[in-house]
Amino acid sequence: MDCDCLLRVVDMAKIFGDGCPYCLELTDDEHNICPRCGSIVGCAEISFEIMPNEILGIVGESGSGKSTILKTLYFDLEPTKGAAYLNCYEGDIFKANSQDKRWLRNFKIGMVYQNPEPGLVMDITAGGNIAEKLLAAGWRDVGKIRERASGLLKRMEIPVVRMDEITRNFSGGMQQRVQIAKALANNPEILLLDELTTGLDVSVQARILDLIKEIQRELNIAILLVTHDLGVIRLMAERTIVMRNGRIVEYGLTDQILEDPQHEYTQLLVNSEV
Amino acid sequence: MKLEIKGLSKEFFLHQWVRKIEGFRDVSFAVDKGECFGIFGQSGSGKSSLIRCIYRTYIPTKGEIWYESREGKVNLATLPEYDVLKLRKEEIGYVSQFLRVVPRVSAVDVVAEPLIKRGLPVEEARAAASSLLERFLIPENLFDSYPSTFSGGELQRVNLARALITKFNLLLLDEPTASLDEGMKQIVTEMLREEKDRGATIICISHDASFLNALADRVGVMKGGRMVEILEEVP
Repeated sequence: MDCDCLLRVVDMAKIFGDGCPYCLELTDDEHNICPRCGSIVGCAEISFEIMPNEILGIVGESGSGKSTILKTLYFDLEPTKGAAYLNCYEGDIFKANSQDKRWLRNFKIGMVYQNPEPGLVMDITAGGNIAEKLLAAGWRDVGKIRERASGLLKRMEIPVVRMDEITRNFSGGMQQRVQIAKALANNPEILLLDELTTGLDVSVQARILDLIKEIQRELNIAILLVTHDLGVIRLMAERTIVMRNGRIVEYGLTDQILEDPQHEYTQLLVNSEV
Repeated sequence: MKLEIKGLSKEFFLHQWVRKIEGFRDVSFAVDKGECFGIFGQSGSGKSSLIRCIYRTYIPTKGEIWYESREGKVNLATLPEYDVLKLRKEEIGYVSQFLRVVPRVSAVDVVAEPLIKRGLPVEEARAAASSLLERFLIPENLFDSYPSTFSGGELQRVNLARALITKFNLLLLDEPTASLDEGMKQIVTEMLREEKDRGATIICISHDASFLNALADRVGVMKGGRMVEILEEVP
């Protein structure tokens, strides 16, 4: 890769539905439903770079395609178009074979879902959830696995005595922290965070955001942070992408986005903040 | 010249009202290494917009901002964002009029943070932060409190300490003494003079003529979005 960035996404698009040759041409940041075939353009013309050790924010209202970007980068969804390059991998990661994709998911990319359900197995223990990830990465020594799992849970401020409790019993904030611990298990280079603190009460939100900042500094990890909350963006991200109806309408330094927004939609968004 | 501004303009476009608002127009000046350039003028004359453009919180509409960085001359008006972030970390500091405090971070950690980000051991950074807060006469029992509970003057000093700890090459100061009493103003003047002596370039907005006369080598006077004259001293 010819730049010093960690991840480079080039002209990525994801269309939900059958799609037709006119989907991208006939949609924009005002309308994301193709008038010819009725397909929904989840995201399109998505290009950005993220540097090592950077927190990049993606902000926009629900349905603007933020989560679609994360899910595509984590291979949960297959992109309709575009390419993505990680500096540890030769070539387009979307074109990787399934074995390589598994390797990337296990070692290089960590994902924390908005809803803990897809990220955690609820009927097994918190420790078991982390063990699953370590086993997938080839760990075999039970003692070492338990040691790593308890270390991660402790780092996420989950009492080690609860390590063997089933995950379903945990509160929402704790489940989010177990998810983060799991995502960090194999020291990924980039962490994808989807509405991490949405629906949590304010003090829990604050604690989780503080933890993320500390971890980012400790592990020198890059973070792609999706949120609809401008306060979270202001606190966490140095650069920000603004999305609307699947398109990027503006990107820039976070303070510039918030104080000198250029696009009509960003101006509306910033002025709507309570 | 450390910083050279040529024909800089800033105009805001408000889509909702389909209206243009002028920040300032066609401003040019240059500042040398170790020099302090003051900016004087009424509120609304475009002073803050001007230094926010230099820091790139605002995107300039027209003009050039040439800055002599450690790695060569760059035009801040068009520099890619990632390079702007790098300069903000290493070379260019900005002290705003209104400090937005980082929640749940103690005063000493707010001040120490830029050093920790640069890789200094935490204890060393906190020690440096404490001694700087002491010079700013912040009572020691406040070091571990959250600045959200501080008075305006205390906040302003924490804010200044955070900028001065990093030894920036270019300091952009927006009304750094607005909430300070005379005694404190003296201390700040003295500390900013020390910054100049070690070679820092300072651009300082102030309403306070006596403060600017004590600190600035030259003063640009702004009126209605224009820099109408550049003086040796504010009358």
